[in-house]
Amino acid sequence: MNNEIKRELSAIVGERWMLDTPNELHVYSYDATPLYQAMPDAVVMPASVEETAAILKVANRHRIPIVSRGSGTNLCGGTVPTEGGIVLVTNRLNELYEIDQDNLTATFGPGLITAELHTAVEALGLFYPPDPGSMRISTMGGNVAECAGGMRGLKYGVTKDYIMGLQAVLPSGEVLRFGGKNAKDVAGYDITKLLVGSEGTLAVVTEITAKLLPLPKAKQTLVAYYNDLTDAARSVQRVIAEKIIPATMEFLDAETMRVVEAYAGIGLPLDMKAMLLIEQDGTEMQVEQDILRIAEICRREGATEVRTAETPEEGAKLMAARRAALSALARVKPTTILEDATVPRARLAEMVEQVGVIANKYDVQICTFGHAGDGNLHPTCMTDERDKEEIHRVEQAFQEIFHAAIKLGGTITGEHGVGIAKAGYLDLKVGTGGIELMKRIKDAFDPHGIMNPGKMFAKDTRRRVVVNTHECGHKHG
Amino acid sequence: MSADTNMANGGGSNLIQLLDKFDTEEILNCMQCGFCLPSCPTYRQTGKESASPRGRIALMKGVAEGSLLADAEFEANMYLCLGCRACETACPAGVPYGSLIETAREVAEQAKQEDSPLRDFLFHEVFPHPNRLELLGAGLWAAQVSGLQTLADKTGLMRILPRPMREMQSAVDTVASPWARMQRESVMEAVGEQTGPTVGLFTGCIMDVMFFETNQATARVLTKAGCEVVFVSGQSCCGALHAHAGEKTGAVELAKRNIEAFEQAGVDLIVNNAGGCGAALKEYHHWFHDDPAWQERAQQFVAKVRDISELLAELPPLVFAKELHAKVTYQDSCHLAHGQGVRSQPRQLLKSIPGAEYVEMRGADQCCGSAGIYNITNLDMSMEILDDKMKNVGRTEAHYVVTSNPGCLLQMKKGIERAGQQGQMKAVHIMDLLADLV
Repeated sequence: MNNEIKRELSAIVGERWMLDTPNELHVYSYDATPLYQAMPDAVVMPASVEETAAILKVANRHRIPIVSRGSGTNLCGGTVPTEGGIVLVTNRLNELYEIDQDNLTATFGPGLITAELHTAVEALGLFYPPDPGSMRISTMGGNVAECAGGMRGLKYGVTKDYIMGLQAVLPSGEVLRFGGKNAKDVAGYDITKLLVGSEGTLAVVTEITAKLLPLPKAKQTLVAYYNDLTDAARSVQRVIAEKIIPATMEFLDAETMRVVEAYAGIGLPLDMKAMLLIEQDGTEMQVEQDILRIAEICRREGATEVRTAETPEEGAKLMAARRAALSALARVKPTTILEDATVPRARLAEMVEQVGVIANKYDVQICTFGHAGDGNLHPTCMTDERDKEEIHRVEQAFQEIFHAAIKLGGTITGEHGVGIAKAGYLDLKVGTGGIELMKRIKDAFDPHGIMNPGKMFAKDTRRRVVVNTHECGHKHG
Repeated sequence: MSADTNMANGGGSNLIQLLDKFDTEEILNCMQCGFCLPSCPTYRQTGKESASPRGRIALMKGVAEGSLLADAEFEANMYLCLGCRACETACPAGVPYGSLIETAREVAEQAKQEDSPLRDFLFHEVFPHPNRLELLGAGLWAAQVSGLQTLADKTGLMRILPRPMREMQSAVDTVASPWARMQRESVMEAVGEQTGPTVGLFTGCIMDVMFFETNQATARVLTKAGCEVVFVSGQSCCGALHAHAGEKTGAVELAKRNIEAFEQAGVDLIVNNAGGCGAALKEYHHWFHDDPAWQERAQQFVAKVRDISELLAELPPLVFAKELHAKVTYQDSCHLAHGQGVRSQPRQLLKSIPGAEYVEMRGADQCCGSAGIYNITNLDMSMEILDDKMKNVGRTEAHYVVTSNPGCLLQMKKGIERAGQQGQMKAVHIMDLLADLV
């Protein structure tokens, strides 16, 4: 990128917010995904939709790749600038414009931190349910781009279920609005939903209107231990079959329990095969009734021990095991690769068992935990990026895990997105026809292909393992 | 790493050795999840990745791998960090950020190979020399009581000081007189029967000049708690400021002096009242990686180190002679909370004061911007962080903002002044408050 273009960008955002020194480029060369890194040519931090539009016009005119990002917490390499170009940081577009208590909506900039939205609406007795693991720092723009999920997905759905309206800038610089505050709105194609989960490949979102719910009055937590994996999976199915939808149903496998206990020492039984953490919210009476029935079902389906939290503090303590999972796993080995293969929840036990078999086959350490209620699993591999031979086996193992998920009627990613990490597997899920249609949609938005190029769609159909894709962009390997 | 990149990094075999010092294992343990970002004061102020712990570790990795230079930009990014270590508390992977940033600064200093005379003077000629600090204290006292300082303020003589020092000096109270300093006895016996341990008080360098009275207050509280207190001779600066500023060799020398002094004194415990010093004292054994004999001695030293609040929590509850009818809030010392994990003990002490109402401050464990000499070296960022902090302080409507570290105390005094709250609110060290009440 020549200096003339950098001067144009500086003129738009001001010198302070156009960064191109070696340190600044370096720190926007990665996101939270291990093993991927590539340098941008410039970083810009616009403060308004006008500035954003002007940046896109410059990029479009000069055919420069644009990678928009917030806090860079995504786990699919979605914001790594693999083809260089401009990284557009939305952190300064972080204003919460309005909480509309009559229409139950909130309107804000894409840079707003997810947890800050939670705090603001909860202070008014309202509720924004999606709660991705990174919510303390992830931005709402990033949540929208990746269609983030979280622990409350079972009962409340994910980001796309709450996004009602968007303002977005096309590569041409055109500013458009889609959707809005109308609960019912069928005027034309649903571009709002199309943009949610589009991973920055179509447009840059500059304003978001989200749906809010009343904040549930009460919440209770329950933990159940099992010495048979299928008992745990069957408990999940039985609870739902009996027409109870808990807010959260989380799952830890034996291996994860062992690592969590070694790290946190919270008294998890080490001879058990699995544990479920279940949370219900709603009115006090309903919650109490549901938790009693859930406990009964868990026992009936073979749980060796079921404990209900008496107080919110005890509930938080029980949930601590699930929250400690990532911390514990991250301390085992230097590189933690967290995937999110997902299956229909009825196939949960089969999937977990297959992950175990595959890990053994490739001699890699994979722990599995995740959102049992919605079938969204996190097989997590603890490895070391310097051990190229092992990384190769890790890649082969994950490839097989994705195939296994598809075979069980599942998908390659439940909530992290495709990005670059799973671009090579997208056709497994949507087929060649699906990819062709998606590419035609992208062409309509982005005829010059500048929006987050190299993401979502693999360059060729031959599936590659990560160590090989290093040749075409990032540094390690 | 190729020879070219070594050259590019500033040359010199010392630097190559320093780059090797980067614990690549620990750098790789950073999983780049970004969980540290919301805990970082400089990231919150700027929104820039380069001002975040994850960003700084990525930059260290770049330098260690030879893809980035340890140049002025790298140095500035390393020094923008306050070293508050709130990120360590937030980190799922347990990355020891505090020691990484110290190494990074060491690398930056080595690569720079040009020195700052003021910095050199402070680190080599002042902090390590107790008798020079005495002199400095006496001089400061003379200036304060003779009205010279006021005169200097009015005549504009203050203008010859650099702006950051001018800004901060307004927060400094009158220091103890040389006479008062001479009155200090080397041993203070327990009040009543000695029921507690014999304690060597770590007096610190700046602490003992600027906050002499706080050290005396700490000793008095300890004697009331049944301890015998020894002012161990031969001790010196803890070395934390040196270590944080990339002066590791100087830091290690100071550590050796302290270990020797307290070994000879033969006390049961080594107690300090400055969160920053305490964190360094507790990490001495990490400073002697390649010296097993000293490491062993350091380990024995470290096993005896306690923060004063930590020790008081282990002893029978304090007996109060007076009540305090006021609202009290607590500002964590970063190095006490994030560095030493001491959070509940000072709060418990404050809650035990009869008559006092304790109010918890929102974001109490977020750095106030003082951070050693950061408020001198990075004044603007420091004041931005402080002004944010004062919004939360103001919300508590407390009469006393209690701290556990001299730097935080000075900063909170400055903050109260900036917020125009001098009439309503007072910043005080926890020991000064307690000494008045027991």
